[in-house]
Amino acid sequence: MEEQIVSVENASFSYGTNTVLDNVSLKINKGDFVGIIGHNGSAKSTLLKLMVGLLKPDKGTIKLFGTSVEKFKDYKKIGYISQNVRDFNQMFPATVEEVVSINLYHKRNLFTRFRNKDNEKIEKILEIVEMDKFKTSKIGNLSGGQKQRVFIARSLVNNPKILFMDEPLVGIDLESQNKFYDLLSKLNNEYNITLVMISHDVGVISKKVDKIFCLTDGKVYVHDKNNDVYINRLKDIYGEDVNMLFHKH
Amino acid sequence: MLSYEFMRKSFIMGVMIALIAPTIGYFLVLRRQSVIGDTLSHVALSGAAFGMITQIYPVYTAIIFSITAALGIEGLRKKYENYAEISLSIVLSTGVGLASVLISLGNTQGILSYLFGSLAFVTNQDIIMVVGLGVIILATIVFLYDDMFYITFDEESAYLAGISNKLINIYFSILVALTVAISMRIVGVLLISSLMVLPVAASLLIAKSFKSGLMYSIMFGIMSVIIGLILSFYLDLAPGGTIVLSALLILIIIIIVESIKK
Ligand SMILES: Nc1ncnc2c1ncn2[C@@H]1O[C@H](COP(=O)(O)OP(=O)(O)OP(=O)(O)O)[C@@H](O)[C@H]1O
Ligand SMILES: [Mg+2]
Repeated sequence: MEEQIVSVENASFSYGTNTVLDNVSLKINKGDFVGIIGHNGSAKSTLLKLMVGLLKPDKGTIKLFGTSVEKFKDYKKIGYISQNVRDFNQMFPATVEEVVSINLYHKRNLFTRFRNKDNEKIEKILEIVEMDKFKTSKIGNLSGGQKQRVFIARSLVNNPKILFMDEPLVGIDLESQNKFYDLLSKLNNEYNITLVMISHDVGVISKKVDKIFCLTDGKVYVHDKNNDVYINRLKDIYGEDVNMLFHKH
Repeated sequence: MLSYEFMRKSFIMGVMIALIAPTIGYFLVLRRQSVIGDTLSHVALSGAAFGMITQIYPVYTAIIFSITAALGIEGLRKKYENYAEISLSIVLSTGVGLASVLISLGNTQGILSYLFGSLAFVTNQDIIMVVGLGVIILATIVFLYDDMFYITFDEESAYLAGISNKLINIYFSILVALTVAISMRIVGVLLISSLMVLPVAASLLIAKSFKSGLMYSIMFGIMSVIIGLILSFYLDLAPGGTIVLSALLILIIIIIVESIKK
């Protein structure tokens, strides 16, 4: 049996009286590359926050690696890049190196950091995300795509098993998007990291991922590369285009 | 001027405050909470007034009042999650209201020295407290530097990395309160938050990293205090005001230098 990394069972979530997720169930298996799509306000970010434990469901259970999120303490296994990271304060004084090394250092004190081993690790990870030339750059001066790479690197320091990304590709040009997907395939295939990513670009993401969760009216519709049950539903929402793209699989 | 004992004492006080205030201010500014300094200082003033009336050493009552207020702000912050500044306004109003009522009760002639700061009458007790606080803050930086950086930079991810935001936020609020209450002897209640913010404002214009930002903030803080104390001694001016104006001067010089560079 495939190893289940995330399982959401009959979960509901409301902001006040506004129910945004209604009795939702889904599973993410080891090695999956999952895309989450849906219109603005369809609760994509909310779903992601529930899965990492930033929000608690009103009903239902959410498990990470078989443990309910409330009890989950193995923080290093998960990486999360929020939708807000791209618009944080430009002036914030922090270098790429400082941001990436934070996951190594935060459990230590000033006397036990800066070991050679740490430096090597940070350099290697910056190479993986192709940001090694920017080690000492101020993070606020980087482009949107470069920032996303830095935040991925920050997670990679922990050797995570799963990476959650909330719209990492917004405002990023096509060429950089393709390079970004190359990086993601590398993480997915070579480093065996399960990926969950929210995107608005249905056309592109549907070509890249194994599974799509489509959010609409508080429900999640799953489209699996190997199982076209929900294809008509997707077609209803996004039109003919999606259908054609999916048949390329 | 260092041959005067009171000047030696205020120099020690001043330099310690110059280390402490910008360090705390650095984290406050980056978390967009710089107004907290102002808020707590008004509460500290009411605390000092309370001490004068009740014949307790005013710094002690100021500490108790401002810590209570700091914890109150943390508590209220959760109630007004998206409008954190409301909780500050509530506490600020309480502080101002309480301070003016207490001052009007009389027996508070000394309050002016807490408003604007004073070099005279720095006691050994003051020095012990400020050195103690300096040691606590130094230890905090040594042991919590990365946690504080993480929370300051990205609170959500810090939480997901297993850092207990709540605990650190409360601890940090207490440090802010202590800084305000203890520093007001020299700089004065009305100006302490300037010493928390102005050196940081100058630093942010030139800092390239988190570490250098902290260093510059402290450096500018120390420069302002030394220049300010010397000027206030020789020109017989209020020390708090001259310190803050020196900090402002440094900020202006940096702004000019930076815009010439561009
Ligand atoms: N903190 C909040 N308080 C109240 N309502 C919220 C909050 N956050 C989100 N909502 C509401 O919940 C719904 C889902 O929001 P969410 O951010 O999850 O959507 P999304 O699919 O990520 O949208 P987008 O594509 O714009 O990022 C929206 O209707 C939004 O107005
Ligand atoms: Mg969103």
